[in-house]
Amino acid sequence: MSTSVQPGQRAEVQYLLRVGDACLVLSHRISEWIGHSPVLEEDLALGNIALDLLGQARALLTRAGQLGEAPLDEDQLAYLREERHYLNPVMMELPRGDFAFTQARNLIAACWLLPLWTRLQASSDAEVAAIAAKAVKEVRYHQQHAAEWVVRLGDGSAESTRRMQDALQQLWPYVNELFAADAIDAAAEASGLGPAWSSLKPDWDAAMDEVLAEARLARPKDTPHVYAGVRGIHSEHMGHLLSTMQHLQRAYPGGVW
Amino acid sequence: MNAAPTPSHLDWLSSLTPVGPRAASCEATAGPTDLGCGRLSAAWEVLSQVLDPEVPAVSLVELGIVRDLVETADGLEVVLTPTYSGCPATEAIEQSVRDALARFGTVTVTMRRAPAWTTDWITDAGREKLRQYGIAPPGPVDAAQGVPVRIVRRRETLACPRCGSTRTEQLSAFGSTACKSLYRCLACREPFEHFKPI
Repeated sequence: MSTSVQPGQRAEVQYLLRVGDACLVLSHRISEWIGHSPVLEEDLALGNIALDLLGQARALLTRAGQLGEAPLDEDQLAYLREERHYLNPVMMELPRGDFAFTQARNLIAACWLLPLWTRLQASSDAEVAAIAAKAVKEVRYHQQHAAEWVVRLGDGSAESTRRMQDALQQLWPYVNELFAADAIDAAAEASGLGPAWSSLKPDWDAAMDEVLAEARLARPKDTPHVYAGVRGIHSEHMGHLLSTMQHLQRAYPGGVW
Repeated sequence: MNAAPTPSHLDWLSSLTPVGPRAASCEATAGPTDLGCGRLSAAWEVLSQVLDPEVPAVSLVELGIVRDLVETADGLEVVLTPTYSGCPATEAIEQSVRDALARFGTVTVTMRRAPAWTTDWITDAGREKLRQYGIAPPGPVDAAQGVPVRIVRRRETLACPRCGSTRTEQLSAFGSTACKSLYRCLACREPFEHFKPI
């Protein structure tokens, strides 16, 4: 049970893991705020958002595990993969940063997940379509909440504006991975499993630009490098994150409660 | 591996009043697949007494979580739908359904995601019970769906479940559970929860 598992190379499995791992890893980073938020209400909000993302990840990992060459369950996929087999975009694994960084990332992620879930509702896989139909309702609340904070901090005091602008500056180089195309992406689009991520960009641009304008924040310049978390090439932070996330299953193999 | 003791948040399970079989009348609450008087209506009656663990004012049937009830060769199949993707009460709900229906034979619980649960499925009686419990019930979902992100908070016209005043304000977009948000009434000064439309 403690032996590492490999999800295999099937394109549909990889596509679903990219989305599922994005939700899983972002959920983990957001949950790190619980007990550390600036106000109690934000502990509740971030806790609830992390919980929604975790639920979405569980459903997608379960489905991905059913579609692989050898069946795997959600726990095996969440806890027993090696770093190179996690397929989340690198942005999701970055340390939580300050509160501005977390809200900026939550906004970027929600503006990306909203059109993604919307399109996944029409997936050729009925289970994926059902997962998306539920998730799309939840992510609207996440987007609303993050947008309010980005405006409040961006159009706030000199200090909050500086922090929010800095957060965007730090996050922007990781944005284009969310819209990068490759063979797995193309296969999903061709089979009807899910949209090519590049097709989500116009919706993301429109939603982000509206919030940034309201927040009086400058949109950072696009950068050329494309990170490759979706192909398993992660930042130095991923190993640390996994050591926390997996430690219980590695230390007590098969433990449940 | 050792079986862990029952977590404290499941304590409410043991406090549930066991519901005996009622004289099933044909006028009893009947589910969508009820074929008439008998075991199914009795089972629906039992389920209508099983309360939601996180909002113990309304039953699972009133919340619209029980989607179907089917007789099988040796018992019953109950079709449930989750409210939120990450709702931690899902397992507790499943267990309480099993416990409540145990005397009907083998209970099979099936989770069905599609169509996705919506607060529009909460019955009128359920909404009234929420209000009496101090939770402002959700408005219709159609108004909230498809609305682009609003930067400026909407003017809320939510009525206070205690005094009925619409002079209320949101304190927190997320509450003690994923399905609720926190408000306060500016007229009677009482805080209250709102069951979010989804």
